[in-house]
Amino acid sequence: MTTDLDTSGEGLDARLVVDRGTFRLDVTLTAAPGDVVALLGPNGAGKTTALRALAGLVPLTGGRLRLDGAVLDRTPPESRPVGVVFQDYLLFPHLTALDNVAFGPRCRGASKAEARAQAAQWLDRMGLADHAGAKPRRLSGGQAQRVALARALATRPRLLLLDEPLAALDARTRLEVRAQLRRHLDEFEAVAVLVTHDPLDAMVLADRLVVVEHGQVVQEGTPADIARRPRTDYIAQLVGLNLYQGRSEGHTVRLDAGPAITTTEVLTGPVFVAFPPSAVTLHRERPTGSSARNLWRCEVAGLETHGDQVRAALTGELPLAADLTTVAAAELDLHPGAPVWATVKAAQTHAYPA
Amino acid sequence: MTRSARRTRRTLQVAGAGAAALLALSACSSSGSDSGSADSGSSASSASSSPELSGTVTVFAAASLKESFTTLGKEFEKDHPGTEVTFNFGGSDTLAASITSGAPADVFAAASAKTMKIVTDAGDASGTPATFVRNQLEIATLPGNPDKIASLKDLTKSGLKVVLCDKTVPCGAAAQTALEASGLKLTPVSYEQDVKSALTKVELKEADAAVVYRTDVQAAGDKVEGVDFPESAEAVNDYPIALLKDAPNADAAQAFITLVKSAEGQKVLAEAGFMKP
Amino acid sequence: MTTPGRTTAEHTAADTLEGGPRRGRVRPGGRRGVPLPLLVPALAGLAFLLLPLIALLVRAPWRDLPEQLTGGEVWQALRLSLLCATAATALSLVVGVPLAWLLARTEFPGRGLVRALVTLPLVLPPVVGGVALLLALGRNGVVGQWLDSWFGITLPFTTAGVVLAETFVAMPFLVISVEGTLRAADPRYEEAAQTLGASRFTAFRRVTLPLIAPGVAAGSVLAWARALGEFGATITFAGNFPGRTQTMPLAVYLALQNDPAAAIALSLVLLAVSIAVLAGLRDRWMTAS
Repeated sequence: MTTDLDTSGEGLDARLVVDRGTFRLDVTLTAAPGDVVALLGPNGAGKTTALRALAGLVPLTGGRLRLDGAVLDRTPPESRPVGVVFQDYLLFPHLTALDNVAFGPRCRGASKAEARAQAAQWLDRMGLADHAGAKPRRLSGGQAQRVALARALATRPRLLLLDEPLAALDARTRLEVRAQLRRHLDEFEAVAVLVTHDPLDAMVLADRLVVVEHGQVVQEGTPADIARRPRTDYIAQLVGLNLYQGRSEGHTVRLDAGPAITTTEVLTGPVFVAFPPSAVTLHRERPTGSSARNLWRCEVAGLETHGDQVRAALTGELPLAADLTTVAAAELDLHPGAPVWATVKAAQTHAYPA
Repeated sequence: MTRSARRTRRTLQVAGAGAAALLALSACSSSGSDSGSADSGSSASSASSSPELSGTVTVFAAASLKESFTTLGKEFEKDHPGTEVTFNFGGSDTLAASITSGAPADVFAAASAKTMKIVTDAGDASGTPATFVRNQLEIATLPGNPDKIASLKDLTKSGLKVVLCDKTVPCGAAAQTALEASGLKLTPVSYEQDVKSALTKVELKEADAAVVYRTDVQAAGDKVEGVDFPESAEAVNDYPIALLKDAPNADAAQAFITLVKSAEGQKVLAEAGFMKP
Repeated sequence: MTTPGRTTAEHTAADTLEGGPRRGRVRPGGRRGVPLPLLVPALAGLAFLLLPLIALLVRAPWRDLPEQLTGGEVWQALRLSLLCATAATALSLVVGVPLAWLLARTEFPGRGLVRALVTLPLVLPPVVGGVALLLALGRNGVVGQWLDSWFGITLPFTTAGVVLAETFVAMPFLVISVEGTLRAADPRYEEAAQTLGASRFTAFRRVTLPLIAPGVAAGSVLAWARALGEFGATITFAGNFPGRTQTMPLAVYLALQNDPAAAIALSLVLLAVSIAVLAGLRDRWMTAS
């Protein structure tokens, strides 16, 4: 789990600054050996640039990069103890799986036989011994992913970088490969940094999330912490929460724009309030007997079906997302433009300091 | 064009003329358009000084005649207003092949009797060709003759880079005759495809000497120096000129041939280095 | 030519290709076949390309052919042609592939201009190219005079001169072909190789070069074919001497001066040999890739 940076310099200590005219990346990243850090963010946030900067494929225009105490700011990529699993793996199409994995050890000075022996071990560990002689185009997506991982690990890197490691897989393979990848990352003794835009991948694979938006870190923490206390709309959306910002006085949070929300926490000052869409109850008539402390008049803006659930996007006093069953949606005769009353119990809201 | 099409059909029956026909195709189209434009011009001016001579005279002439014939062509046009002389200069063999393939021309002036024979054998000449000038070989050396070349024998000195024309072109055949007459064995560095490229090699100082025609040495000015050699008398090149049988403008063509053979014409040709027949 | 894939979709596409008939026959005019506006010009184009060859065959002096081809000079010229074209292709590969890489993979000021200059020999009349080579590498040339006085090397009128003249004219074909393939190839493979510890050169040698091999092969064939047919630059720079600098095109040209039948015979030989070599090479890659 997250650890303070070791004073002996073990692990990763980086401030990555890449200036590209209109875009500026400035991300600080620290991790101890054994940590798996996920860089999470929307497309164009600079996650991949950060990864490429760590690999040396993009030069730093500022900041620092230290790995196990060694300064790598100006080290060319081939001399960095860094392994990369690329988004679409980039397995060399003209080489067999074995020779793909042997490529790294060979470049780092091993003899051909040695490199191949090592590669065979790695493939064996990945459960791919039978596919050693296969060319990449003969491998399934999941197999290719494991060969790519073996290839990156075969150089015994002190920093393993994974760019959207599961993005190229179909949904079914993804589930299986995600679990396998988690196991391999658990075994990996050095720092692993993965880049993803998928919150589930990030939460399953990483010990710690670093959320990047517009080239800046907007939130950092354990997956559980971030899922419970999102601090930006992007994260709230990722983790599926309604998120509002306001000032708290006792049990009441007065929103910056809009009504007040009653919560159970007692806080003072600027706060975030979050509640899941499932905590919202909808009524066509103003409820009278409800015990809910929070009652807002809204209007249905849109409806989306997810299995037997319907997510309703509401506008009005308080813009929010509400989940209800398809049966309930039918009974309420919900349709875009329909006026509704939304109630949320105070106990189902969660307020935390901003 | 119907006439030339008929001629083309006839000559295509000659065995092995396929490639020559290809060459003729280009010559045919260009001179065809030339005569077309000239015809309209001549009808306007034909009423003036010489009503018997008008229109375009198309002359196919060996490349070595370019300077002198161009001068004579201008003179002819001046003497006979309303006429126009168009030239097609090139290798005599190529020109002969064009003519036998049906290229419309009035006059053929060749650089050798052999090439003229191709045309007469095909029955394309009208009457017997007449020799109008002779050309003789000369050695072209670098300016100032640094290798002190004075005879054909000097060319066989080792280390000397000599270029000859290929035996398939007239200047090469003539050089071969001269060498055989003198009993010399000369190994050149290259057999050039025509006399101009042989001369160019000396002009660019890539070769030390070339055996070319006097007229070519003359035309090159001071970029090369000419050396006469007695054996050249063994390989004098006769330049025959002939009116062609299917000449579109036979009268004017005959007048042009007369001008070439006249004292005035001979003077111009002598200036270019040609000798009297 | 295959371009390296970026997505898994590529993998499946490759799989399908693999499974499908590799040299399936095209059936023009089939119900699901080629649309007429494509078919008609295509056939017209094909006919236009083939017609001169057919004419050559029709007019060939078949009866005299054995006699025409018994002369030792024919085979000497053919041998020299093949030798020089192959040497010129090899030379083009050695310097042309790195040049293509430089143009495709690096940024430097004036790169556009350099690329235009590389293609210059394509538009230059070959005879002018030959004169330019004489002015540069001739005995009295800008560089040639130093080659002569320092090393005693003179290039005009030598077989090496033929190779240089052919290289000058043929190399642009190789460079353009390889550069195009490099641009289409995913540069991230080189990056992947670098993160595995390969220097840029190793990445080029062990990853990029195998990836662009089809483009290099295609470029080599183009260059070889161009070199084989080279006439203008060769005769201007290297002259014409049987066995030393007289290649087939020179022999054909000179034969055409007074014996068109012989010229056709020689052309047929050149044609037959080039078709045999090109067809042979094509079969080899098709089965190897």
